[in-house]
Amino acid sequence: MFDRIWCMIVKEFLQLRRDKYARFRLIVPPILQMLIYGYAATFEVNRVQIAVMDFDHSQESRDLLSRFTFTGRFEVAKVLSNEHELKSLIGSSDIPMALKIEPGFAELLRKGQTAHLQVIVDGTNSNTALIAVGYVNQIANQFSQDYARDRLNQMMPALAATVPQISLEQRPWYNPDLNSQWFFVPGVIGSITLMMVVTLTAFAIVREREIGTLEQIMVTPIRPFELILGKTIPFFVVGLADVVLVAVVGTLWFQVPFRGNPLVLLLGVVLFLMSTLNVGLLISTLSSTQQQAFVLGFFFLNPAFTLSGFAFPITSMPKAMQMITYANPLRYFLVILRGTFLKGVGLGILWPQMLALALLTSVLLLASVARFHKSID
Amino acid sequence: MNDVPSIVVDQLVKRFGAFTAVNQVSFEIRSGEIFGLLGPNGSGKSTIIRMLCGLLTPSSGSATVVGFDVARQAEDVRRHIGYMSQKFSLYNDLTAIENLQFFAGLYGVKGRALDERIAWAIKMSGLAGSEQLLTGELSGGWKQRLALGCAVLHRPRVLFLDEPTAGVDPLSRRQFWELIHQMSREGVTILVTTHYMDEAEYCNRLALIDEGRIVEMGTPTEIKQTAVKGDLLLIECSPLGGGLAAIKQAPGVIDASVFGAALHVVVSAGRDPVTELPAFLAGHDVRVGRIEPISPSLEDAFVSLTGSRALSSEPPQ
Repeated sequence: MFDRIWCMIVKEFLQLRRDKYARFRLIVPPILQMLIYGYAATFEVNRVQIAVMDFDHSQESRDLLSRFTFTGRFEVAKVLSNEHELKSLIGSSDIPMALKIEPGFAELLRKGQTAHLQVIVDGTNSNTALIAVGYVNQIANQFSQDYARDRLNQMMPALAATVPQISLEQRPWYNPDLNSQWFFVPGVIGSITLMMVVTLTAFAIVREREIGTLEQIMVTPIRPFELILGKTIPFFVVGLADVVLVAVVGTLWFQVPFRGNPLVLLLGVVLFLMSTLNVGLLISTLSSTQQQAFVLGFFFLNPAFTLSGFAFPITSMPKAMQMITYANPLRYFLVILRGTFLKGVGLGILWPQMLALALLTSVLLLASVARFHKSID
Repeated sequence: MNDVPSIVVDQLVKRFGAFTAVNQVSFEIRSGEIFGLLGPNGSGKSTIIRMLCGLLTPSSGSATVVGFDVARQAEDVRRHIGYMSQKFSLYNDLTAIENLQFFAGLYGVKGRALDERIAWAIKMSGLAGSEQLLTGELSGGWKQRLALGCAVLHRPRVLFLDEPTAGVDPLSRRQFWELIHQMSREGVTILVTTHYMDEAEYCNRLALIDEGRIVEMGTPTEIKQTAVKGDLLLIECSPLGGGLAAIKQAPGVIDASVFGAALHVVVSAGRDPVTELPAFLAGHDVRVGRIEPISPSLEDAFVSLTGSRALSSEPPQ
C-alpha cells in the first residue's frame, strides 16, 4: 500500500522537477502577489487631491484650509476662483473632493455664529468618500475648538480655564498604528495558498484524465484512496512550502509581527491545506477537461475570497451571506492567521476554527471520494 | 494452449442512458488464446474490454477473468491483467525507464524481479541505450512497445489490448504482433480489439461485433467460409458505379460491393459466372476487365454479415 502511494509521490515530483514552468508558477507568482497585495491593498486614504474655493479670503478661511495640507491626508491640487471648473474636475476623476468657503465665513465666526465649510465629494467609491469626509470632519472640529478657545482666552481668560473638554485616547490593540499591511499580509498568505492548492490539485488530476494515464493507473491494483493520497500528498508538500515562502516574505519584507505559537499556525496550515486539497479533488471529479476545471475553479475561488473576511468584514454582510461563509475554509484560516500573527492567541481561542476546518475537510473528502468512484464510470 | 477458460463472458450488457453499447454478449477465451474483437468504431469493443478490466460496471450479465468476477472482485482481477489502450497512456514528461519504474511500483514488482523485468522490457521494446530519453520524444512504435512493456511488467495472465496499433507504422505493427504471439506461446491470454482486417488475421479466434452484438464468432478461416454464402468473384469493370448497379440485377448474384477499384460479387454456388456475368454486363454498357474467383477476406465476411457496411473506409497505413 505504502509502496504504491510512494510510487505516485515520486512520480509527481519527477514531473514537477522536469516542468520548468510549474516551478516558476510555484515560486514567482506567490511572491509577486504578496508584494502587490502588501503595497496596494489598503483601506487607508492618503494624499487625497482636493480643490479649494475660498470666497471669503479671510485670516480664518486661510487658516482652516491650510490645516488640510498639514496632515498629509490631503493635497491641494487646484485653487479655484469659481465653481464652473468643478464639475469637469470631479467628473473626470481628476479630483475626488473640493472644499468651499462662502463669503462671510469669518464674519459669522467673529459674531459667534455657525459658519459653513462645504465639502463636495465624488461618492462613486463610497468607502473612500466616507473616510475622506471623516478626516474633513476631524479637521473642521479641531479648527472650531481651537478657534473657540482662542476667542475665550482673549475675552475672558478666567472662564477659559474652566471649560471642560473630552479628549480621545486611541489604544488600538494588536496593531497600534492601524497599519493596514498588518491586516492584509496574513490574509494574503491564506488567499494565495487557497488559489495555488485548489488549481494545482484539480489540474493535476484532470490532466491525467485527459491524457489517459488515470485510466492506465486505475487498471493496476491501486486502491482509490491510495490513488487519492498519492495525488494529493505532493501538493500538500508543495502547498506547505508555498505557505512558508509567502509567510517569510510577508513578515520579513513588510515587518508584520508574528506573536503566536508557530505550532498553532502549523496545525491551522495543515488543516487548511487538507480542506483545499479536497476542494481541488472535488473539482477534478466534476471536470473531464482542464478547461472545465479552470471554470469550476474560478466559480469557487472568487466567492471564496469575497466571503472570507479577507477584505470585507463578515459581520457587515447580510445574514444569508454570513451563512455561506461557514462553508468557506478560508474564513477559518484567516482567523487563525491573524490570530497567530497579530494577536498571539493560541488553541484556547482558535479551537473552534481548527475544528471547523477538520469537519469541512472530512465532509469534502467524503464528497470527493464518492464522486471519484462515480467519475470512473 | 489448454482448455481452461481464462475469460468467461455471459450475457454481458452495458447501457449508457437509453443507449445500449454492449448487448447480450457472451464468449469464452481459453488460456493462451489470442481472441480478437473486430468491429467498426463505436461498435462496443472498447466498452467490453473496459468492463473486463473493471473500469466500467456491467449493467447486467456477468464476466469472470481468471476466475474472478469483474464486478465484485475487480481488485483481484486487476492483479492478473495488463491493459494497454489505444492512447499509449504513458507520461511523456518522464523518461522511458521512469515510466517502467512507476508502473512496476504500482504493480508491486520489486527486488530482483524489478531489475529483471525492467531489463526485459527495455530489450523487448528495443529501447536499449535510449532509456533516459523522455517518452514524449520517442516515435510511435517505440512508445507502443514501451506501453506494452509497462502493461506486462507484472507478468499478467491476461492481456487486454484496445486498438493497440492505431497510428503505428507497418513495420512496428508487425514487430508488435510478433511480441504478442510470443506472449501467447508463454500462456498469456490475449484479448485484442481492432478494426484492421489484416490484424484480425493474427488472432486465433475472432468475434465480429456490430452495434453492440456479436454477429459471428470463430477462427478467421471459419468466419470467412461461413459468412460468405456462395462463390466470391473479383470483377474489374468500367464504369464501376454502373457495373455495381447493373450486376445486382444479374441472375444468381446474391450481393455485390465495391472494394477499392473493383467489385466483389457473391454468386450462388453451382453457376458459371465467369462466362455469364461479362455477357450480362456487356448488355448494360459495362466493359469488363479482369474477372476471377477469389477466396473471401474478413472484410467480405463482415460486409456480408452486417449488410454491406464497410468496416474501415481506409486500409491501414
